[in-house]
Amino acid sequence: MEPIKDYRQVQEAINAFANQDVYIHLETTNGAYASHHDQTFFSAGAYIRNALVRYEIGKITGNDPYRVGLKINLGWIYAEGLTHFEVDEQNRLLLAGHDNKGKLAVALEISATPFE
Amino acid sequence: MEKERHVLVVFPHPDDEAFGVSGTIATHVQNGTPVTYACLTLGEMGRNMGNPPFTNRENLPKIRKEELKAAAAALGIQDLRMLGYRDKTVEFEDDAKLAKAMLSLINEVNPSLIITFYPGYSVHPDHDATGAAVVRAVESLPAAARPKLHCVAFSNNCVEELGEADIVHNISAVAEKKLAAIQAHRSQTEQMFGDVTEKLKNQDPQMMVWINNERFWTYKFDK
Ligand SMILES: [Zn+2]
Repeated sequence: MEPIKDYRQVQEAINAFANQDVYIHLETTNGAYASHHDQTFFSAGAYIRNALVRYEIGKITGNDPYRVGLKINLGWIYAEGLTHFEVDEQNRLLLAGHDNKGKLAVALEISATPFE
Repeated sequence: MEKERHVLVVFPHPDDEAFGVSGTIATHVQNGTPVTYACLTLGEMGRNMGNPPFTNRENLPKIRKEELKAAAAALGIQDLRMLGYRDKTVEFEDDAKLAKAMLSLINEVNPSLIITFYPGYSVHPDHDATGAAVVRAVESLPAAARPKLHCVAFSNNCVEELGEADIVHNISAVAEKKLAAIQAHRSQTEQMFGDVTEKLKNQDPQMMVWINNERFWTYKFDK
């Protein structure tokens, strides 16, 4: 994965998936051990894999970390805290937010075919 | 350590065996006891991607699968099973089905000792769910036919509620193998490992106790 330096690269990749059926992976996480190491820490997260949607417009905004929002047929998908991206060998757009220790905190991925 | 006929280790994540159990596994292997390690998931939800990142969400499971095989090889485990569940979803599986899968594994392997997590005292929901499924499976056997069940626990309240561990294995004789297993799970342990090596070199007393002693609670069945 590369740090998002030029948001236009990501915007182009987002545009390439518009107006077609796509599969979404979206997660946020503090890790399962957050409350174990710090009992005052309120741990929360959410996860969806292979949601089948179609978006008419998708946009990257912000200034490192970035936000991405997708306006889908009946609602919205968004993620914030995004720092890295990659278009992988299967042509999927992988976006992730890593904290300063290199730990994943958020991921938003878009693919024309289901994720494994 | 008592000589066993066959040891079955059941954990949900590829590195779950590394810190708490790998010395015990290596000792059993050295004693000539066959060890089967059933690992439910590939740790797909691991968060360590590195800085700069060395992998991504989709490729991490492939890396962890290879690390698991390398760790098993380092410990001399000959029967490694990857059960194909998904990280962080084990607790949401059908309880009865999961227990049934554990029971058929137990029936096939016919172990004299099973090692898993103590349900309710193992912090990660997958740990608790895995331990609970194994307990349910063993419970369904007639008391006389049950293998021994040694559980790993590390929640903040485990000693308070379960008492001190009734089994402590000093594994210093196979510490090298244990360290090799820990090192095999590079993507998960490398960050902290630099620190561990340094402390080991200096024979840091706390670190030596932590590495050399593996603690288990014998599971107590109600019925
Ligand atoms: Zn684990």
